[in-house]
Amino acid sequence: MNTVIDNLDVYAAGFRTTVSLALLAAVGALVLGTLIAAMRVSPVPPLRWAATTYVEVVRNTPLTVVFFLVVFGLPQVDIGTDTTRLPFFRFAVIALTVYTAAFVAEAVRSGINSVPAGQAEASRSVGMTFGQTLRLVVLPQAFANIVPPLASVFIALLKNTSIAAVFGVAEALQRTQFLVNRFGNEVLWLLAGTAFGYVVLALTASALFRLLERAVTPVSR
Amino acid sequence: MSAQTVLYDVQGPKARRRVLIYSVIGGLFVLALLAVALRRLQANGQFEPDLWRPFVDDPRVARRLLVGLQGTLRAAGIALGLAVVLGIVLAFGRLSQRFFLRLPAVAVIEFFRATPLLLLILGFFLAWPIVVGQRLEPLYALVLGLTLYNGAVIAEIVRAGIQSLPKGQSEAALAMGMRRGQVLRIILLPQALRVMLPSLISQLVVLLKDTSLGFVIVYPELLRIGGFVAQNLRNPIQTYTVIAIIYIVINFALGRLAAWVEGRQRSKTSGDPATAVPKAMEGQTAPGAAA
Repeated sequence: MNTVIDNLDVYAAGFRTTVSLALLAAVGALVLGTLIAAMRVSPVPPLRWAATTYVEVVRNTPLTVVFFLVVFGLPQVDIGTDTTRLPFFRFAVIALTVYTAAFVAEAVRSGINSVPAGQAEASRSVGMTFGQTLRLVVLPQAFANIVPPLASVFIALLKNTSIAAVFGVAEALQRTQFLVNRFGNEVLWLLAGTAFGYVVLALTASALFRLLERAVTPVSR
Repeated sequence: MSAQTVLYDVQGPKARRRVLIYSVIGGLFVLALLAVALRRLQANGQFEPDLWRPFVDDPRVARRLLVGLQGTLRAAGIALGLAVVLGIVLAFGRLSQRFFLRLPAVAVIEFFRATPLLLLILGFFLAWPIVVGQRLEPLYALVLGLTLYNGAVIAEIVRAGIQSLPKGQSEAALAMGMRRGQVLRIILLPQALRVMLPSLISQLVVLLKDTSLGFVIVYPELLRIGGFVAQNLRNPIQTYTVIAIIYIVINFALGRLAAWVEGRQRSKTSGDPATAVPKAMEGQTAPGAAA
């Protein structure tokens, strides 16, 4: 117990990295995932095929394998070869973004499907193009409907950041391992401290998402 | 698919021409991206046949990967069996009317759902020797972690399945004089299991992917063995690509199976409210699905 309190600064530093990993990847995945979902419902077949392939391939690959492919693969396509600053942190953000985007895309697509058909029909009948219909009418309503599934995706992302520990990113789990190596006898307290941190973060995130859900739910329902 | 006919009209000649133009542009863009990546990979010598050939004509490599696949399937199989049992027990606890059963069940479910699986697996592996004084086999650490996490997730799937059943089922059973435990066990659980079969298969995909975390504690599953192979052959990209393909083939097939089972249940017994998969359950599978 005392070891945990003595090393609170180590925990704090670790969870700061965890949170920044999660936030960066969440923003990236939201943008990429929405784009892929839009491609998947578009009238242009090649874009639909590309998006479907992306989702099916990424969703069925373990995140660990995605990490390995990013870490070994990106330098081979001449990305991230400069070892300037925190390259592993960047690799981790990319791997988490690529992986999470597939799940965001699925959530957004189910949201698009949940918007009543009349909405898109009405926007077409006032002369909106596919892009306008999607951007101005369908997607805003879709997002209001999918806050709960997106919350699950992002909380899973928060937990998935721990895999970055294996690739040398000094986030919460990696720092815990460091502490366990130093203070072996306190291992249970140290692990409990980390688990507690994750549980607090997950509960905070889901509380925030619940607030968001209440804020975006239309009054009429 | 309904969204696609809804989001844009049936195309006339002009729209079809426009779509064709966009198709060509979009298709070329996607192909160009791929081409750039492939060109660079080739420039870096990643398509040298020597890097790929061992997977085809070296039986030792294939045999090792097969051993890895066995390890993966063994861990996943044991963990699935235990997790289903744990999930049913936890779900019963959560649905119990006695608070001293309900509260611990809720605490266990919420805790293990919110903790990263890697922390659990690594935690058991690191803590066991210090606390118990004996080395823990990597397989057991992996199975323990997978069971606790997936048990918690499956508990929520079971609960959603039971709560989706019509009220008349439990009311009729109670009216016949069954105890609540009997109602849950004999009347509700068998029906719920049928409803939740697709979610359960989807969860199996998650579980199968998560076994790859075993590589951290050097459990000989597909990814760990793949790491050894990549070290020997000095071809990480090729090896991890092959491993990804193995996972994708298995998981894609399982995903299709889940969809097929779901479709069959819907069409076969439409009209039977017990098999209408509730909305709530689709949400329930999401946290696990992304893990």
